[in-house]
Amino acid sequence: MTDPNSTLSHLDLETPEKPFLDANELIINMGPQHPATHGVLRVILRLDGEKVLGLECVIGYLHRGVEKIGEHRTYTMFNPYVDRMDYVAAVSNGLGYCETVEKLLNVEAPPRAQHVRVILTELNRIASHQLWLGTHALDIGAITPLFYTFRDREEILKIYEKYCGARLTTHAFRIGGLQYETYTGFEKEVKNFLTFFRPKIDEYEELLTTNRIWVERTKNVGRISAQDCIALGVTGPVLRASGVKWDLRKAQPYANYKNFDFEIPIGENGDTYDRYLVRMAEMRQSVRIIEQAVDALPEGPIMAKVPKVMKPAAGEVYHSIEAPKGELGYFIVSDGSTQPYRVRVRPPSFVNLQALDMMCRGQLVADVIAVIGTLDIVLGEVDR
Amino acid sequence: MGPLIAQIVQYIESYLSSDQTPGGAGNMFWVLVYIMLVFTGLSVAVIAMNWLERKILAHMQVRLGPMRVGPHGLLQPIADAIKLLLKEDLMPAQADGLVFWMAPLIVVLAAFTVFVVVPFGPTHAITDMNIGILFMLGVSSLSVLGIVMAGWASNSHYPLIGALRSSAQMVSYEVAMGLAVVSAILMTSLNAEGTGTLSMIGIVQAQLAQGEWFIFKFFPLGLIAFFIFAVAMVAETNRAPFDLAEAESELTAGFHTEYSGFRWSLFFLAEYSAMIAVSSIAVTLWLGGWLRPFPNLLSGTPWDQIFSLVPGVTFLLFAAICFYNTARMPKHPLFRVQTIGLAGFGAVLGLIGLVLFVPPVSARVQDIFWFSAKVAGFMYLYIWYRGTFPRYRFDQLMQMGWKVLLPMGLGVLILTASVALLQPMIWHP
Repeated sequence: MTDPNSTLSHLDLETPEKPFLDANELIINMGPQHPATHGVLRVILRLDGEKVLGLECVIGYLHRGVEKIGEHRTYTMFNPYVDRMDYVAAVSNGLGYCETVEKLLNVEAPPRAQHVRVILTELNRIASHQLWLGTHALDIGAITPLFYTFRDREEILKIYEKYCGARLTTHAFRIGGLQYETYTGFEKEVKNFLTFFRPKIDEYEELLTTNRIWVERTKNVGRISAQDCIALGVTGPVLRASGVKWDLRKAQPYANYKNFDFEIPIGENGDTYDRYLVRMAEMRQSVRIIEQAVDALPEGPIMAKVPKVMKPAAGEVYHSIEAPKGELGYFIVSDGSTQPYRVRVRPPSFVNLQALDMMCRGQLVADVIAVIGTLDIVLGEVDR
Repeated sequence: MGPLIAQIVQYIESYLSSDQTPGGAGNMFWVLVYIMLVFTGLSVAVIAMNWLERKILAHMQVRLGPMRVGPHGLLQPIADAIKLLLKEDLMPAQADGLVFWMAPLIVVLAAFTVFVVVPFGPTHAITDMNIGILFMLGVSSLSVLGIVMAGWASNSHYPLIGALRSSAQMVSYEVAMGLAVVSAILMTSLNAEGTGTLSMIGIVQAQLAQGEWFIFKFFPLGLIAFFIFAVAMVAETNRAPFDLAEAESELTAGFHTEYSGFRWSLFFLAEYSAMIAVSSIAVTLWLGGWLRPFPNLLSGTPWDQIFSLVPGVTFLLFAAICFYNTARMPKHPLFRVQTIGLAGFGAVLGLIGLVLFVPPVSARVQDIFWFSAKVAGFMYLYIWYRGTFPRYRFDQLMQMGWKVLLPMGLGVLILTASVALLQPMIWHP
């Protein structure tokens, strides 16, 4: 593997159109240090001038062996590690893991804990989408929305900080429920945030939705059909923007999402603009869910009866939740000991990233940046 | 010895009674003085623009911007300049040394040379050429050569793509820009003799003679031509939303990716002075150059006197802002130096403002003030664009240049010519 071109040797990069005359193709390494690859993604681009003939993603620069670590930690000890995968949606990761182990242990979190989980997870969805919006707009060249979204995301992080002391990698949930009771004034602060945040979505949309340049840059860019999405296993807003009404919160309700009234926004064309609209609508739906959850927050215990030393019966379980980026699944095999025999994570970013080549072929270099942004990948989750 | 000195003094003094530009009068001493003044003024303007851009952009983006170096970050551009000058001068190993070395020089040269004909006032220009506007357009488009050279010589992929983008972009926008300029020049020929002018000073004088700025001439034709130029000039200077050549999120830094330190700062200097240069073309052609607002509508001595107060009042206003913020400074010993500095800065501005009230000074400086104020308006627009717009994609940019601006420019040119021809027949038979 000393040949510098060897990374491309196994690639079957078909040329969509014959290059003009015998123009030399240009091979460009975008990343791992690049301002717009959202971390340490390396994209090998094959270009004809500005046109993308094909590309390949090289990943693994942020590999920490999270799954392997899981085999050497007890179920409780592994819980904080999952926060470090998709670090902008740490709460969702924790929810997925805790629910999976609960399924394995055959316990269920009490209703109050479930409600608080929904509130925090949906707040996290908003925070994740805000971060996506800011960086996506920044990639396309609009620098101002980034600061607006970060300003408003701060309010969510403040709620987290007050609730569990951490802002980013929260470790908010425990297997069987919650460790912390909500702080005094939690409901009021969440509600204040909702009234504060609702006009902010309009503010973001005002800057972008009808902006001529924004529409031109995103319409018909990175189109992907519903069939291709399903064939590649793409989930989340990317799938929904292609017109498939598939949201695990409705399709296989977990936590207590079935108690809440909300809609699944879908798009039509499966292009970058539709994905933008879908995510904006999802933020609005999240606000709706949180509002209902706060209003109906029941009293009661926050922790189910869970043994101090967890020794689930031998067996395996797969459980998945709708993380902000798509289906986040955990597959855990237990051999009856205190540590999992195998932990496998199905990260949405990793699976969605595979669609990048298909979405970018025949488009321009600038579109690659837009598509990486619209896929909303987090390299911590891709590499794990 | 004595006669020689007297001769020199006489040579220097002889210009003062002339009503021409130093270049026009052929007085080398005053030419040199004017070159020094323009060069210093331009450098100060670039420094000020650097600070203003960071501050204004920051406030648009709900943040503070530079706050640490000096009061409200006033010394930040100077700190940046020192940092850039002290940085190691790197050249990639495989770069073409000579071309790499020449590229920033060409860009800077092109950006500064155009100021030879910029008319800050009826006599306040280094020289007045009869082909002034052509000279400006021609020399300013030389900078694309430097950019292509920089991209090529770096021997690296991103700079190369950046340079290719920028050459294609500048060439296509030059055409639309040229057409808009021609329609403005056409308007200068609407006088009794029917002869137009390409001289920058002549263009402003034509606006004065015709009694309206060309932006309002043949409404909306002048306005459309101005609009075309305003769009093309942003593309010409590679600024947002047309900053494809240095698109940070795509090409890291575009054509100057491999440049650092002093060479990089030359590119920076050239970019900002090119912005000022194209803005002064726009001001000269459409916004009446050095003329104060409403030179004909609100004419007469009282109005002249009122408008002559504006420069001084503006500086006093700046000083007032400084003093207001001095009062708002934290009352902590740590901030004492900054508070004194800000008060001192305000005092200097206030002093300048007071000096500007002195009649002989204000009579001489007024033209320069109005010209600079109009250019400053364009500078603010540049910053505003950057804070608001996403970036165009390469093909969309070309589409806009060739399919929208070019036909528009042609149409406006033909319409302007037709109206100019028909107008005397219809309205003044």
